[in-house]
Amino acid sequence: MKIKALTANEAMAEAMRQINPDVVAAYPITPATEIVQHFASFVADGLVTTEFVPVESEHSAMSACIGAAAAGARVMTSTASQGLALMHEVLYIAAALRLPIVICEINRALSAPINIHCDHSDTFGARDSGWIQIYSEDSQEAYDSVIQAVKIAEEAFLPVMVTADGFILSHAMQRIEVLEDEEVKEFLGEPKTPYTVLDTDNPITVGPLDLQDYFFEHKRQEAEAMRLAPPIIEKVGKEFGERFGRYYGLVDPYRLEDAEVAVVVMGSTAGTAKEVVDKLREEGKPAGLLRMRVLRPLPLKEIVENLRDKKVIGVMDRAEGMSGFGGPLYTEIRSGLYDVPSHPPLYNYIYGLGGRDIKPEEIEEIFKELFDAAAGKEIPLVNYKGVRE
Amino acid sequence: MPFDLKELSKEKDLFAPGHRACAGCGPAIVMRQIMAVAGKDTVVGFATGCMEVVSTIFPYTAWRVPYIHVAFENAAAVISGVEAAYKALKRKGKINKKINFIAIAGDGGTYDIGIQALSGALERGHNFLYVCYDNQAYMNTGIQRSGATPLGAHTTTSPAGDVIPGKVQWRKDLTEIVAAHGIPYAAQASPSHWNDLMEKVKKALETEGPAFINVLAPCPVGWYFSPERTIKIAKLAVDTLFWPLYEVENGKHRITYKPRKPKPVEEWLKEQGRFRHLFQEKNRWIIEEFQRQVNERWERLLRLEEASL
Ligand SMILES: Cc1ncc(C[n+]2csc(CCOP(=O)(O)OP(=O)(O)O)c2C)c(N)n1
Ligand code: SF4
Ligand SMILES: [Mg+2]
Repeated sequence: MKIKALTANEAMAEAMRQINPDVVAAYPITPATEIVQHFASFVADGLVTTEFVPVESEHSAMSACIGAAAAGARVMTSTASQGLALMHEVLYIAAALRLPIVICEINRALSAPINIHCDHSDTFGARDSGWIQIYSEDSQEAYDSVIQAVKIAEEAFLPVMVTADGFILSHAMQRIEVLEDEEVKEFLGEPKTPYTVLDTDNPITVGPLDLQDYFFEHKRQEAEAMRLAPPIIEKVGKEFGERFGRYYGLVDPYRLEDAEVAVVVMGSTAGTAKEVVDKLREEGKPAGLLRMRVLRPLPLKEIVENLRDKKVIGVMDRAEGMSGFGGPLYTEIRSGLYDVPSHPPLYNYIYGLGGRDIKPEEIEEIFKELFDAAAGKEIPLVNYKGVRE
Repeated sequence: MPFDLKELSKEKDLFAPGHRACAGCGPAIVMRQIMAVAGKDTVVGFATGCMEVVSTIFPYTAWRVPYIHVAFENAAAVISGVEAAYKALKRKGKINKKINFIAIAGDGGTYDIGIQALSGALERGHNFLYVCYDNQAYMNTGIQRSGATPLGAHTTTSPAGDVIPGKVQWRKDLTEIVAAHGIPYAAQASPSHWNDLMEKVKKALETEGPAFINVLAPCPVGWYFSPERTIKIAKLAVDTLFWPLYEVENGKHRITYKPRKPKPVEEWLKEQGRFRHLFQEKNRWIIEEFQRQVNERWERLLRLEEASL
């Protein structure tokens, strides 16, 4: 183990170097560009044996990843925002072909207006594509999750995207514990792929036309793979913890057990919000937090277990759902709690779009409003924090 | 060395019969001709379109070689990935046989929506062959115009109406666009001249680096002719100089077949229902313009060939 000062971009690139994938096909986009650049240097300096395909677009990046993975290679790429949106069509295909591809994704707002800073609209846009989604609280987790993602993908035969907040994590230095190259290699073992088109003695047809009489069964199987993914993610997180001392699960509850008011968050905001919870606790207020580390598959059991007995819940969304009814995480949590008989009241706070800073004081305000609601005050279901109205 | 038809007929078709192409389908003939040369150690990467749709209706497949189809616009990108994986795995000693990588797409998947992925893959220099079967429209979705549709042709999105006489633009010269990438081998072929086509496939597969063949592939449904005339119409396209057979090898143009007595383009046009309206008096100028363009392009090609000597 080595201690290094790295940004999330550097940490994810370092993880990619240690994974030494067979093929990386990637295209630059702020704030993820550095990952591609670092990786290109690793290739140029002979630090990896990867076949690097510097494609002409993200659509081709994912298409080449699909081709390479279908040929039995361990495959990775990196992107953000518009890049992920451009991949949209082929993301679904990667998942449906059950190819264990891993994306290092840096969260950035989707245009328009064009903006390069963090929000989660990009990966929420890919929420239903059949990819496992893991959101990082900090760069250490981004690094650790990228390594775990390879193993998860190869056990579930589903692709995985690991995300880190643009600039907030991608460009901020943090103390990172970096594993030894050998440790990563041993943890991952040899690549496991579902099939290969390179076996010309046993030719297979991949991606056929699938009509009314089979399509539904194939989609059903894909859905089943996603349904069976949570224990794989937990098992890999546990194994990682046992080997290297940092454990990971589907969700990350913080001072939640005896909390009366809980906030649900994703990504780097969790770090700030945990500080706020500590402060409130010191003041004797029963505040707690649930961080969603994994959004797909939706950890339904964990949502229910952790939130069922709360008096009031606030869901912080770093994305607008454009549904006329709050953000996407809000509706997910709301539906997750539908079967809980006590029906805890649930409020939505949309914040931080396009990289708008979220301050501890604002999170404190959110808690205050939620405590007021717990005491019987009426507040709106959907709220915007930190915006000029 | 000419290919021996007798010998070839003994080999099992790698593009198997039983697929669902229409009778007289030009592209389906082209598939067989390509695969007869490529052989079994070939991976085929396909774009969405007629040939994909007719050959792989699950749980059946006409492909006796490994085949991958991902989407419409990305055959070149997908084959880039397959080829990159092959290189990586070969370096690691996990595979060592020689494999051909062939991307196949229609004109829509090549001239139009797939041109970016094609251009990128050519520029990166992957070792692969890209075959465009050019049936001059989006047939799979019901005969819509493409960048390959010739002047005056009726399609469902360039219909011959009372005011507009079919497609009003000339087609793109994709073979030249591809050749301009400076790749080692680019060619134009026609299934009517099967030996020429197969020689080109052989050469392309022996080429180190990217190779491209644009094959004219008449479609009885979209061109409106009866299915037994497919090869005759392909041959007329060559003999009227509409579809010159040539290759560009390391930058040098060579015309591989020169019709001794070229026919007027009208003879090719009149065989096809999609050009029928051009023979009305008010539209005859389009045929003249068509002929002018064909002559101009042929002369240009002759000059390019001369400059290559
Ligand atoms: C992104 C996308 N746009 C449109 C389509 C619909 N589509 C499928 S095949 C096709 C036309 C194919 O034309 P071409 O490449 O010329 O092949 P052909 O069918 O003529 O053999 C179209 C428009 C699609 N599948 N994907
Ligand atoms: S529509 Fe034309 S190209 Fe398509 S299968 Fe039928 S004949 Fe072939
Ligand atoms: Mg076509």
